[in-house]
Amino acid sequence: MSKSYTPGLKILKSTILSKKRLLPLKGEVHVDKNEAISHDTIVASTKIPGNVHMVNLSKQLNVEPNGVKDLMLIEVDEKIVKGQVIAESKGFFGMFKASVKSPVDGFLLNVSDITGQATISEPALPVEIDSYIDGMVQEVFDKEGVLIQSNCAIIQGILGVGGENKGEIKVLTKTEQDEIISDMITPDLNGKIVVGGSYITLDAYRKAQKMNVSGIIVGGFNYTDLSQLLGFNLGVAITGSENLGTSLLITEGFGKIKMARRTFKLFNSLEGRYGSINGATQIRAGVIRPEVVVALDSDNEKHEEFNEDELVINVGSNVRVIRAPYFGKVGTVAELPSELLKMESETLVRVAKIKFENGEFSTVPRANLEVILQD
Amino acid sequence: MKKKLDQSKVILATDCGSTTTKAILIQCIDGEYRMTHRGESPTTVEAPFEDVTRGVLNAVMELEELSGRKILDGEMFINTCDKGEDGIDLYISTSSAGGGLQMMVAGVVKSMSGESAQRAALGAGAIVMDVLASNDGRMYHEKVKRIRQLRPDMILLSGGVDGGTVSHVVELAEILESANPKPRLGINYKLPIIYAGNKKARDSIKEKLSKISDLEVVKNIRPTLDSENLQPSRDKIHDLFMEHVMAQAPGYKKLMSWADTPIMPTPGAVGEIIKKIAEKEKMSVLGVDIGGATTDVFSVFQGIFNRTVSANLGMSYSVCNVLAEAGIDNVARWVPFDLDKEDLMNRIANKMIRPTTIPQSIDELKIEQAIAREALRLSFYQHKNFAVGLKGVQQERTISDAFDQTMSGQTLVDMMDLDLLVGSGGVLSHAPRRSQSAKMLVDAFLPQGITQLAVDSIFMMPQLGVLSTVHPKAAVEVFEKDCLVRLGTVIAPVGKVKNDKQLMSYLIKHPEGEIEGTLIEGEIKLIKADFIPIECIFKPERGIDLGEGEGEIIEKQIFGGEVGIILDGRGRPELGFSSDIDKRKSILSNWSIALDEYNEEQIYSDDRRMKEDQKLIGFIK
Repeated sequence: MSKSYTPGLKILKSTILSKKRLLPLKGEVHVDKNEAISHDTIVASTKIPGNVHMVNLSKQLNVEPNGVKDLMLIEVDEKIVKGQVIAESKGFFGMFKASVKSPVDGFLLNVSDITGQATISEPALPVEIDSYIDGMVQEVFDKEGVLIQSNCAIIQGILGVGGENKGEIKVLTKTEQDEIISDMITPDLNGKIVVGGSYITLDAYRKAQKMNVSGIIVGGFNYTDLSQLLGFNLGVAITGSENLGTSLLITEGFGKIKMARRTFKLFNSLEGRYGSINGATQIRAGVIRPEVVVALDSDNEKHEEFNEDELVINVGSNVRVIRAPYFGKVGTVAELPSELLKMESETLVRVAKIKFENGEFSTVPRANLEVILQD
Repeated sequence: MKKKLDQSKVILATDCGSTTTKAILIQCIDGEYRMTHRGESPTTVEAPFEDVTRGVLNAVMELEELSGRKILDGEMFINTCDKGEDGIDLYISTSSAGGGLQMMVAGVVKSMSGESAQRAALGAGAIVMDVLASNDGRMYHEKVKRIRQLRPDMILLSGGVDGGTVSHVVELAEILESANPKPRLGINYKLPIIYAGNKKARDSIKEKLSKISDLEVVKNIRPTLDSENLQPSRDKIHDLFMEHVMAQAPGYKKLMSWADTPIMPTPGAVGEIIKKIAEKEKMSVLGVDIGGATTDVFSVFQGIFNRTVSANLGMSYSVCNVLAEAGIDNVARWVPFDLDKEDLMNRIANKMIRPTTIPQSIDELKIEQAIAREALRLSFYQHKNFAVGLKGVQQERTISDAFDQTMSGQTLVDMMDLDLLVGSGGVLSHAPRRSQSAKMLVDAFLPQGITQLAVDSIFMMPQLGVLSTVHPKAAVEVFEKDCLVRLGTVIAPVGKVKNDKQLMSYLIKHPEGEIEGTLIEGEIKLIKADFIPIECIFKPERGIDLGEGEGEIIEKQIFGGEVGIILDGRGRPELGFSSDIDKRKSILSNWSIALDEYNEEQIYSDDRRMKEDQKLIGFIK
């Protein structure tokens, strides 16, 4: 029997998750292998070089570039404060001296006798990496970071914006097809990760930002609203560095699309627990999906592995069409013909015959279907 | 025994793309090289496999099944060296997996050494993430921050003519030194930096950069103001791509040990084959490869090769960016029905996040091809602005004086001079009808005068590009017989006449009988003809040019193809679009009918369908 796969997102009630937490530059790791850690434990830190400033000594002291080193009052790597005189000309019989002051606090990085410039670096900026989830240190990468293992539930979305945030899970809608509207956002949601059904309006999202909600999870969102939110049209799905305050995770796609029932049920079962959300997405080589991770208290729960077979389109699979002309319609696979079929567009493709919820049948390219996970 | 690569009879070539690894088998049959079989498999650079050779082996296994030829002995290629029925004589590969080669370039003057460095990097197949220049208007610390953020695979530093002032290029080196950049892949090795600037500054550059990087010094990219020497830099980029970048990617060390020639970045290999064809046929060539994420444009005009990559113009991953850059109105002008803006935005955004979907309805296909036209148009616009003659050549100035100059070089791209336009990439190679590919190319590039059109049948230009470096005969033969699908020739008169007036008359000596006629302003016609030489006479009206000057008659042998001969009187250098929406829709439909672009019988009503579609959007239960 022929079958077909759809792109899969992990929706797992309980699994063993291994997560790398790495520094951008080499630094110091603060935890040991097999150490139990909580989501806010600082696991590694480093210092990122500070901003640098160029000071043209040759020009300001009116000397040739190869003469500036002799006029320096401080050494390379020596600390300096803003306004401190760092170089001085010899003047005329000790008078009419010209001097150059440091524009910033920092230290002298180098002096060039070719360009006649001094490079001053601001103090290095400390960077700390936390654990992100509760768990155990599985491996330590010397000076780079750690691999953390955690017993947790994980829900991946199709697209997100905003970086890492944490908070208590709060399901705000009754069903997976209800929308979140502005009136539903109240002050008690401060610091929480809020789950909705099919959609959130732009007004409601903006209100959530004001209320310092940690994250929003919904089935769909309008592309034009996203553009307004970001201040630009999202051209490629590479996100995560937006400074939004409230991370947004879309589980299904653009438009109003009800959240998959299995996803919504899992969020309901996690209500009240503490979770971590990350909107970072990369839909390209090196794919990164936005996610919500909730560490579980007990290790007794039966662990699930990501099962690719659940994403196989078989006869009887529940599917959603992800492209016009049937975009968003939900149905069941009635038949999977093995031969290629010519579509109205004259494209020759592998197809599935779908029985939609209203009882009508249609033929759809398999590439335009995705499995709706059921419990 | 050392292999004689150019004597190879059975050749295996792979291209490890971001998502798919493609393998082709080329065999010499009766003295003629042909691509006999093709296999493909998902690329396996990323988790859970993290070994590119898995995907290569899978694609080769498919080839074995299809060809019946045993190529693998376990996980090793069977090396026949002219003996036996099984195995291969030569294995070559290209790669763009893991995001390809990402470079940053630096030059003293942005429009001079900066552009030369960019040309060198692009020609070698890199994506240029940023061009750093002394006069790029950014503050010192902004440049440092940018270098640290981007984390390129490699940096090419240039600047200054040989013997000229050294201080500017050393200042750039000081910026790099301050930034102390780290490579994208791997935290444990030093970033490769290539210095290709003023030779007088080499010692100072070494002093600044040898501690923080793997510094390589090559000949100056711009030894004098009026000369450019790109090849040493390009060769070094290829070497370092192999030694450093590829060596960091999972499985590549093994793949490199299998290959008989160095693995080349995919776009660099496409450039090689375009150059070879232009050289062999002594023609000017324009090539385009429109992918899911990026669009590459290659050209050879006046014997000069140029390549640009529009990093965020593509048909799936970057499709929203096409919409953002072109604007909804520019996309809509190609669509012969009304569009609801918000609905269209959501549709296109859903294509971005689920890039593998296929247009099912004719309207979806028309929208997709409208976006493709804009992606191609924008990419070509960028190419024209980049493929220019050397700037600053006729000015008697020193480098430092040149900071103020605003003179720009003239573009080398002359559409009247263009002989062959080649398209590649899914939307062009796999369009349901070849006439759609031809029309997309003509609409986006607006060729002038007489131009041949072709598409790459299954995107094998990368493999043929690297093959051309060791076995040019096989590469050229396969390119002409199996790779290129000849679409035909477009005849596009340049100049203005009043509406509905005659642009030219023509006599086409078709083998089935002579065809005589006139081309009216605004009209497009198709004459079916195969890829055979056909004698033609074109008589343009006064003020109208077909390449020999205004009003000059042209007698020429041209070729048809799978589409035929297209006579395009819709206007050059720009197409004229009516501002009246209904009139525009009607004109678009007429153009489509003239070229037999879509199966019009299946379209019961564009407007009716859109209304039905819109009912389906909105709240989905």
